[in-house]
Amino acid sequence: MHSFGYRANALLTFAMTILALMCTLASLSDNFNSPTPSAHVKVVNINRFQKQPKGNDEVSMQLNISADLQSLFTWNTKQVFVFVAAEYETLKNSLNQISLWDGIIPSKEHAKFWIHTSNKYRFIDQGSNLRGKEFNMTLHWHVMPKTGKMSADKIVMSGYRLPDEYR
Amino acid sequence: MDWQGQKLAEQLMQILLLAFAVVAFATGYISGSFQMMVLIYAVGVVLTTLVTVPNWPFFNRHPLKWLDPSEAEKHPKPQEAVSAKKKPAKNSSTPTQEAS
Repeated sequence: MHSFGYRANALLTFAMTILALMCTLASLSDNFNSPTPSAHVKVVNINRFQKQPKGNDEVSMQLNISADLQSLFTWNTKQVFVFVAAEYETLKNSLNQISLWDGIIPSKEHAKFWIHTSNKYRFIDQGSNLRGKEFNMTLHWHVMPKTGKMSADKIVMSGYRLPDEYR
Repeated sequence: MDWQGQKLAEQLMQILLLAFAVVAFATGYISGSFQMMVLIYAVGVVLTTLVTVPNWPFFNRHPLKWLDPSEAEKHPKPQEAVSAKKKPAKNSSTPTQEAS
Protein backbone atom coordinates (compact mmCIF):
# COMPACT_ATOMS: atom_id res chain seq x y z
CA MET A 1 0.00 0.00 0.00
CA HIS A 2 3.03 2.27 -0.20
CA SER A 3 2.40 3.81 -3.61
CA PHE A 4 -0.45 5.17 -5.70
CA GLY A 5 -0.27 2.23 -8.13
CA TYR A 6 -0.23 -0.38 -5.37
CA ARG A 7 -3.30 1.09 -3.71
CA ALA A 8 -5.18 1.42 -7.00
CA ASN A 9 -4.36 -2.19 -7.88
CA ALA A 10 -5.39 -3.52 -4.46
CA LEU A 11 -8.66 -1.59 -4.56
CA LEU A 12 -9.55 -2.73 -8.06
CA THR A 13 -8.79 -6.37 -7.30
CA PHE A 14 -10.83 -6.35 -4.11
CA ALA A 15 -13.71 -4.45 -5.76
CA MET A 16 -13.92 -6.98 -8.60
CA THR A 17 -13.79 -9.93 -6.21
CA ILE A 18 -16.72 -8.49 -4.26
CA LEU A 19 -18.61 -7.80 -7.49
CA ALA A 20 -18.19 -11.44 -8.50
CA LEU A 21 -19.46 -12.47 -5.07
CA MET A 22 -22.50 -10.19 -5.38
CA CYS A 23 -23.31 -11.66 -8.80
CA THR A 24 -23.05 -15.18 -7.38
CA LEU A 25 -25.41 -14.25 -4.56
CA ALA A 26 -27.83 -12.65 -7.01
CA SER A 27 -27.77 -15.83 -9.07
CA LEU A 28 -28.36 -17.97 -5.98
CA SER A 29 -31.27 -15.76 -4.89
CA ASP A 30 -33.17 -17.02 -7.94
CA ASN A 31 -33.63 -20.31 -6.13
CA PHE A 32 -36.14 -18.66 -3.80
CA ASN A 33 -38.43 -18.07 -6.78
CA SER A 34 -40.82 -20.90 -7.58
CA PRO A 35 -42.53 -19.97 -10.87
CA THR A 36 -46.10 -20.90 -11.68
CA PRO A 37 -46.47 -20.13 -15.39
CA SER A 38 -49.59 -20.92 -17.34
CA ALA A 39 -50.21 -21.21 -21.06
CA HIS A 40 -52.97 -22.03 -23.47
CA VAL A 41 -52.76 -22.64 -27.20
CA LYS A 42 -55.85 -22.97 -29.37
CA VAL A 43 -55.91 -24.03 -33.00
CA VAL A 44 -58.53 -21.68 -34.44
CA ASN A 45 -58.48 -22.89 -38.01
CA ILE A 46 -56.55 -25.15 -40.40
CA ASN A 47 -55.89 -22.86 -43.38
CA ARG A 48 -54.18 -25.38 -45.56
CA PHE A 49 -53.33 -29.07 -45.24
CA GLN A 50 -51.56 -30.42 -48.29
CA LYS A 51 -49.09 -32.91 -49.58
CA GLN A 52 -46.11 -31.21 -51.22
CA PRO A 53 -44.90 -32.50 -54.62
CA LYS A 54 -41.93 -34.07 -52.82
CA GLY A 55 -44.29 -36.09 -50.64
CA ASN A 56 -44.06 -34.18 -47.36
CA ASP A 57 -47.19 -33.06 -45.56
CA GLU A 58 -47.54 -29.36 -44.85
CA VAL A 59 -50.03 -27.65 -42.54
CA SER A 60 -50.85 -23.99 -42.18
CA MET A 61 -52.95 -23.06 -39.18
CA GLN A 62 -54.28 -20.11 -37.20
CA LEU A 63 -53.22 -20.15 -33.56
CA ASN A 64 -54.38 -18.38 -30.44
CA ILE A 65 -51.54 -18.35 -27.96
CA SER A 66 -52.06 -16.96 -24.48
CA ALA A 67 -49.59 -17.28 -21.65
CA ASP A 68 -48.76 -15.78 -18.30
CA LEU A 69 -45.02 -16.07 -17.68
CA GLN A 70 -44.72 -13.19 -15.20
CA SER A 71 -43.68 -15.50 -12.38
CA LEU A 72 -40.54 -16.47 -14.32
CA PHE A 73 -39.15 -12.97 -13.91
CA THR A 74 -37.00 -12.09 -10.93
CA TRP A 75 -34.63 -9.18 -10.40
CA ASN A 76 -31.92 -11.27 -12.02
CA THR A 77 -33.80 -12.06 -15.25
CA LYS A 78 -32.65 -10.40 -18.44
CA GLN A 79 -35.15 -11.92 -20.84
CA VAL A 80 -37.13 -15.03 -21.60
CA PHE A 81 -37.14 -16.81 -24.94
CA VAL A 82 -40.33 -18.69 -25.61
CA PHE A 83 -41.44 -20.94 -28.44
CA VAL A 84 -44.41 -23.11 -29.29
CA ALA A 85 -43.68 -26.49 -30.83
CA ALA A 86 -45.90 -29.19 -32.23
CA GLU A 87 -44.70 -32.56 -30.97
CA TYR A 88 -45.86 -35.92 -32.25
CA GLU A 89 -44.76 -39.48 -32.70
CA THR A 90 -44.29 -41.34 -35.98
CA LEU A 91 -43.25 -44.91 -36.78
CA LYS A 92 -39.75 -43.76 -37.66
CA ASN A 93 -39.15 -41.22 -34.91
CA SER A 94 -40.45 -41.30 -31.36
CA LEU A 95 -40.33 -37.50 -31.11
CA ASN A 96 -40.90 -35.01 -33.91
CA GLN A 97 -40.64 -31.42 -32.79
CA ILE A 98 -41.65 -28.56 -35.08
CA SER A 99 -41.34 -24.99 -33.93
CA LEU A 100 -44.42 -23.01 -35.00
CA TRP A 101 -43.94 -19.67 -33.28
CA ASP A 102 -41.36 -18.01 -31.06
CA GLY A 103 -40.78 -14.74 -29.28
CA ILE A 104 -38.49 -12.89 -26.91
CA ILE A 105 -40.03 -11.42 -23.77
CA PRO A 106 -37.87 -8.51 -22.61
CA SER A 107 -39.56 -7.69 -19.31
CA LYS A 108 -42.14 -8.72 -16.76
CA GLU A 109 -44.63 -6.18 -18.16
CA HIS A 110 -44.68 -8.08 -21.45
CA ALA A 111 -44.82 -11.53 -19.88
CA LYS A 112 -48.60 -11.81 -19.88
CA PHE A 113 -49.59 -11.87 -23.52
CA TRP A 114 -52.18 -13.01 -25.96
CA ILE A 115 -51.45 -13.41 -29.65
CA HIS A 116 -53.45 -14.45 -32.66
CA THR A 117 -51.20 -15.62 -35.47
CA SER A 118 -50.68 -18.11 -38.23
CA ASN A 119 -47.72 -20.40 -37.73
CA LYS A 120 -44.54 -18.30 -38.07
CA TYR A 121 -42.43 -21.26 -39.22
CA ARG A 122 -43.69 -23.86 -41.67
CA PHE A 123 -45.22 -27.00 -40.24
CA ILE A 124 -43.82 -29.68 -42.54
CA ASP A 125 -43.53 -33.34 -41.71
CA GLN A 126 -40.68 -35.50 -43.01
CA GLY A 127 -43.04 -37.81 -44.88
CA SER A 128 -46.80 -37.98 -44.99
CA ASN A 129 -47.76 -38.97 -41.50
CA LEU A 130 -49.92 -36.02 -40.53
CA ARG A 131 -53.42 -37.12 -41.59
CA GLY A 132 -55.47 -37.76 -38.46
CA LYS A 133 -52.35 -37.34 -36.32
CA GLU A 134 -52.68 -36.67 -32.60
CA PHE A 135 -50.13 -34.12 -31.44
CA ASN A 136 -49.10 -32.05 -28.45
CA MET A 137 -48.61 -28.31 -28.37
CA THR A 138 -45.68 -27.55 -26.14
CA LEU A 139 -44.71 -24.13 -24.85
CA HIS A 140 -40.97 -24.15 -24.19
CA TRP A 141 -39.11 -21.32 -22.50
CA HIS A 142 -35.51 -20.48 -21.79
CA VAL A 143 -34.85 -18.05 -18.96
CA MET A 144 -31.75 -15.91 -19.52
CA PRO A 145 -30.53 -14.43 -16.25
CA LYS A 146 -28.30 -11.39 -15.88
CA THR A 147 -25.81 -13.53 -14.02
CA GLY A 148 -25.77 -17.27 -13.60
CA LYS A 149 -26.99 -20.31 -15.42
CA MET A 150 -29.68 -20.36 -18.10
CA SER A 151 -32.63 -22.57 -17.34
CA ALA A 152 -35.37 -24.06 -19.48
CA ASP A 153 -38.72 -25.67 -18.92
CA LYS A 154 -41.97 -26.36 -20.77
CA ILE A 155 -45.70 -26.83 -20.56
CA VAL A 156 -47.11 -29.71 -22.57
CA MET A 157 -50.67 -29.38 -23.83
CA SER A 158 -52.17 -32.50 -25.36
CA GLY A 159 -55.36 -33.35 -27.17
CA TYR A 160 -54.80 -31.78 -30.59
CA ARG A 161 -55.63 -33.64 -33.76
CA LEU A 162 -55.08 -32.90 -37.43
CA PRO A 163 -57.90 -33.54 -39.96
CA ASP A 164 -58.19 -36.92 -41.66
CA GLU A 165 -58.20 -35.47 -45.18
CA TYR A 166 -56.11 -32.92 -47.08
CA ARG A 167 -57.79 -29.60 -47.71
CA MET B 1 2.35 7.79 3.19
CA ASP B 2 3.71 6.50 6.51
CA TRP B 3 3.35 2.99 7.94
CA GLN B 4 0.22 3.68 9.95
CA GLY B 5 -1.25 5.57 7.03
CA GLN B 6 -0.77 2.50 4.82
CA LYS B 7 -2.50 0.28 7.35
CA LEU B 8 -5.34 2.79 7.66
CA ALA B 9 -5.70 3.04 3.86
CA GLU B 10 -5.96 -0.74 3.46
CA GLN B 11 -8.48 -1.14 6.27
CA LEU B 12 -10.54 1.80 5.04
CA MET B 13 -10.59 0.35 1.53
CA GLN B 14 -11.79 -3.08 2.68
CA ILE B 15 -14.41 -1.78 5.09
CA LEU B 16 -15.81 0.81 2.69
CA LEU B 17 -16.06 -1.63 -0.22
CA LEU B 18 -17.72 -4.32 1.89
CA ALA B 19 -20.18 -1.82 3.37
CA PHE B 20 -21.13 -0.50 -0.06
CA ALA B 21 -21.50 -4.05 -1.36
CA VAL B 22 -23.91 -4.98 1.44
CA VAL B 23 -25.96 -1.80 0.99
CA ALA B 24 -26.02 -2.21 -2.81
CA PHE B 25 -27.11 -5.84 -2.65
CA ALA B 26 -29.80 -5.20 -0.07
CA THR B 27 -31.20 -2.20 -1.96
CA GLY B 28 -31.10 -4.04 -5.28
CA TYR B 29 -32.77 -7.14 -3.90
CA ILE B 30 -35.51 -5.25 -2.08
CA SER B 31 -36.29 -2.90 -4.97
CA GLY B 32 -35.97 -5.79 -7.43
CA SER B 33 -33.54 -3.90 -9.60
CA PHE B 34 -30.20 -5.37 -10.63
CA GLN B 35 -29.26 -2.05 -12.21
CA MET B 36 -29.72 -0.28 -8.88
CA MET B 37 -27.30 -2.69 -7.21
CA VAL B 38 -24.62 -2.16 -9.84
CA LEU B 39 -25.09 1.63 -9.74
CA ILE B 40 -24.79 1.92 -5.96
CA TYR B 41 -21.75 -0.33 -5.95
CA ALA B 42 -20.12 1.66 -8.77
CA VAL B 43 -20.61 4.87 -6.80
CA GLY B 44 -19.10 3.11 -3.77
CA VAL B 45 -16.03 2.01 -5.71
CA VAL B 46 -15.45 5.53 -7.05
CA LEU B 47 -15.82 7.06 -3.56
CA THR B 48 -13.49 4.49 -2.02
CA THR B 49 -10.94 5.21 -4.75
CA LEU B 50 -11.08 8.92 -3.98
CA VAL B 51 -10.68 8.31 -0.25
CA THR B 52 -7.95 5.67 -0.18
CA VAL B 53 -5.86 5.94 -3.35
CA PRO B 54 -4.53 9.54 -3.30
CA ASN B 55 -1.91 10.36 -0.68
CA TRP B 56 -4.08 12.51 1.61
CA PRO B 57 -2.54 14.43 4.53
CA PHE B 58 -4.33 12.29 7.13
CA PHE B 59 -2.29 9.28 5.98
CA ASN B 60 0.89 11.14 6.99
CA ARG B 61 0.31 11.92 10.66
CA HIS B 62 2.97 9.55 11.98
CA PRO B 63 6.22 10.36 10.15
CA LEU B 64 9.23 8.13 10.84
CA LYS B 65 11.82 9.64 13.17
CA TRP B 66 15.21 8.81 11.72
CA LEU B 67 18.36 8.91 13.85
CA ASP B 68 20.67 11.84 13.37
CA PRO B 69 23.59 11.02 11.00
CA SER B 70 26.10 11.87 13.72
CA GLU B 71 24.51 9.17 15.93
CA ALA B 72 24.92 6.55 13.19
CA GLU B 73 28.61 7.34 12.72
CA LYS B 74 29.32 6.50 16.37
CA HIS B 75 28.11 2.91 15.74
CA PRO B 76 29.58 1.77 12.39
CA LYS B 77 28.32 -1.45 10.80
CA PRO B 78 30.65 -4.49 11.06
CA GLN B 79 30.80 -5.07 7.29
CA GLU B 80 34.34 -6.24 6.39
CA ALA B 81 34.42 -9.45 8.38
CA VAL B 82 31.09 -10.78 7.04
CA SER B 83 31.75 -10.19 3.35
CA ALA B 84 35.28 -11.66 3.50
CA LYS B 85 34.07 -14.93 4.99
CA LYS B 86 31.18 -15.40 2.60
CA LYS B 87 33.00 -15.03 -0.72
CA PRO B 88 35.28 -18.11 -0.67
CA ALA B 89 32.43 -20.25 0.67
CA LYS B 90 30.26 -19.33 -2.30
CA ASN B 91 32.93 -20.23 -4.88
CA SER B 92 33.66 -23.67 -3.46
CA SER B 93 29.99 -24.61 -3.42
CA THR B 94 29.68 -24.11 -7.18
CA PRO B 95 32.39 -26.23 -8.82
CA THR B 96 30.50 -26.51 -12.12
CA GLN B 97 31.38 -22.96 -13.01
CA GLU B 98 35.07 -23.79 -12.91
CA ALA B 99 34.68 -26.84 -15.13
CA SER B 100 33.01 -24.90 -17.89
